[in-house]
Amino acid sequence: MIKLKVNGQPREFDGDGDLPLLWYLRDLLNLTGTKYGCGKGLCGACTVHLDGEAVRSCTLTMAGLEGADVTTIEGLGAGDDREHPVQAAWAAHDVPQCGYCQSGQIMQAAALLQRNPHPDEQDIAEAMDGVICRCGTYQRIRKAIRFAAEETA
Amino acid sequence: MNHIRQLSRRDFLKTGGVFVVGISLLGCGRENGPMPVEKLATETWSPDIFVSIDADGSTRIICHRSEMGQGIRTGLPVIVADEMEADWARVSVQQAPGDAKYGDQNTDGSWSVRGFMQRMREAGATVRTMLEQSAADQWGVDRSECRAQLHTVVHQASGKVLPYEDLLAGAAQLPVPDIGQIVLKTPDRFRYIGGELSIVDMHDMTHGTAVYGGDIRLPGMKFAAVARPPVVFGRVKSFDASKAEAEAGFERIVELPAAEPPAGYQARGGIAVVAHDSWSAFKCRDLLEIEWEDGPNGDYDSAAFRETLLGQVRKPAPAARAEGDADAAFAAAAQTVAAEYYLPHLAHASMEPPVAVASVQTDFCEIWAPTQDPQTVVSMAEKITGLSKDKVRVNVTLLGGAFGRKSKCDFVEEAVLISMAVGAPVMVTWSREDDIQHDYYHAVSAQYLRAALDEQTAPTAWLHRVAYPSIGSTFDAANAQVQGWELGMGALNVPYAVPNLRVESQAAQAKVRIGWLRSVCNIFQSFAVNAFTDEIAAARGMDPLDNLLDLLGPDRILDFSAFGQNPIEGYPFDTARLRRVIEKVTQEAGWGRELPAGHGLGIAAQYSFLSYVATVVEVAVDADGGWRVPRVDVAIDCGQMVNRDRIRAQQEGSVVFGLSLAREGDITAAGGRIQQSNFHDYPVL
Repeated sequence: MIKLKVNGQPREFDGDGDLPLLWYLRDLLNLTGTKYGCGKGLCGACTVHLDGEAVRSCTLTMAGLEGADVTTIEGLGAGDDREHPVQAAWAAHDVPQCGYCQSGQIMQAAALLQRNPHPDEQDIAEAMDGVICRCGTYQRIRKAIRFAAEETA
Repeated sequence: MNHIRQLSRRDFLKTGGVFVVGISLLGCGRENGPMPVEKLATETWSPDIFVSIDADGSTRIICHRSEMGQGIRTGLPVIVADEMEADWARVSVQQAPGDAKYGDQNTDGSWSVRGFMQRMREAGATVRTMLEQSAADQWGVDRSECRAQLHTVVHQASGKVLPYEDLLAGAAQLPVPDIGQIVLKTPDRFRYIGGELSIVDMHDMTHGTAVYGGDIRLPGMKFAAVARPPVVFGRVKSFDASKAEAEAGFERIVELPAAEPPAGYQARGGIAVVAHDSWSAFKCRDLLEIEWEDGPNGDYDSAAFRETLLGQVRKPAPAARAEGDADAAFAAAAQTVAAEYYLPHLAHASMEPPVAVASVQTDFCEIWAPTQDPQTVVSMAEKITGLSKDKVRVNVTLLGGAFGRKSKCDFVEEAVLISMAVGAPVMVTWSREDDIQHDYYHAVSAQYLRAALDEQTAPTAWLHRVAYPSIGSTFDAANAQVQGWELGMGALNVPYAVPNLRVESQAAQAKVRIGWLRSVCNIFQSFAVNAFTDEIAAARGMDPLDNLLDLLGPDRILDFSAFGQNPIEGYPFDTARLRRVIEKVTQEAGWGRELPAGHGLGIAAQYSFLSYVATVVEVAVDADGGWRVPRVDVAIDCGQMVNRDRIRAQQEGSVVFGLSLAREGDITAAGGRIQQSNFHDYPVL
């Protein structure tokens, strides 16, 4: 029996320990905001926070998650409107096109700002490298991160 | 919408979820006249199938085209809202299911705004006219004295104002006016059209609540994955599922019928595994032991095919366009320039791999899919299930990218076949490997270009010869000829004022399914034409911009009707518009400015799907020959703009997409099998 927390709620899992966290979230908890893109940790669409760090949920298996504290896009924001500054910045800069990768982008960006509230261009480029957007919204993503950093500063 | 979805069909209808619209909410269409409404306290007034207004004035506008990132769920509805003088803040957008009553829903070919702007304006103006009439009737004045304004109607002489919600009951008693009685706004009165609008899905897309194909959850839904023949038109010879059957999540095997030529949109065949969850389905699928019979495409080797295509373009071919006497001009040339171009197959690799849900019951089939073409999905389901169209409902989810891939409903057919076999709702999910290896690939191509220059280096002849498998092969297996409409994307309609000109095409046999990717044949034809244009500039010792404008020649309307190419919807190719975007982009990019060492500027211009685009790319080459792109400028003339922000977003995205293809894209095949499988060997920027 694996005990963990997802978006603050205690959860218990006693299935196959090889099950990737991604599919636990999507198919067992119906938290479908976290997306499948590659299954190999290559695209970042499945990015969630594990104990505050951005991780690829498609390559993280349930067996290793005893005591883990997982946050998904659905649990990112705080307060009544559940709006995280990164989400507000995304809207202010009209980032999404198809939108599919944006949960992962937002989770990656939020983890960056948590760790480094004043990232420079290089920090942003390094942190966001590997979260693929096939629509090519990268320019706006970088702008939105800078904006969110200023807003929260 | 709640972030956890456990919705039955009934729930969808009841809640009228943003993405899955209940027909019951829609009221009657124009052809049936208005819905008889006595009071609007509990009803909805819908004088047009695209618009309905609730008693409190809340307005729903139908988007019948598929959203894949281009912003159409904002662009088309806002046209309606503008014409009806709706307050956009009080409008919600609902996605239409696949139904011919909405008109063409095949979201392909870059024409949604062009094709439906008029219809959307008529819908909005119909509503506005009727609300103005309703106000005029209440006030006992002539309608010409009343003017709709932001969800109200104003009587101009008296200053009286009535909100739309107070006008619905009266409007509902009026006959729907004929189109001829409706007066559209003059463009100077546009409130939203041409402005900057945030997309309607912004909140959902940034909070994980947007619903894509894989996000549908139905009671009792099973999850399936399919082992498809690795070679097109291959089939299963034998299989052993015992290892899969031993897995805890395994439920059952479904054998799918092998596809027969032509490929069309058929499912590929193979063995499906039905399981408790997606991961178990993939795991069990990978445990199947299958012996395949490859069939006639098992010999496909893309390295050898490259040589075949290059061999084809090295020999003369029939001309699709011939003007003057190119042979004589080449014979008399002071100088000739020639180059060959080879571009590989490309995969779409949308971030959301294909996925679909089907629930087939004895008397009804319901589908949820990220499809670009829901009416074709209806026809497919009708054919597969034997149910009539009115017993098939196709709900269109958001598309997590598509680029032409999701025009084809092979993946939806799989869900229908498996749901029929198991008697339960089924979601078929494609892994990234499935997506890369079973795509409808952008065609591999070889091109030969040759130009003749006279003593003064003026171009006297242009020859462009292409060879590539045609999209036509997907629908007619015997088709090995490049189609005229394919050549018409940047080869046949080259706009250069060269007196002697030949565009030729050579046969090429398709060995994989050929599809369309974003700008389709413009990708390789524009690449070759623009790259070769630079070769000519170098040979002439001219600045590439001066050379390009010189080749483009005097402003004129091009007429290709002699070569079987008529203007799309009556819009001819106007070279002045191309010249203007070239001038604009070079001005903005600072063409001719001083650049750091190792930096250079390149220019390209293209007419694609009625839009005129010019691009200046700054490239920085380092000492090791590596390159990066510090800056790109793009100018586009796309005609009528609806949402400027989305046009800008499309240009930004196209730059990344184009660079990605140029830098990384390369799909290869050996033994009929695609050799790439995921983002590690098919990288995208």
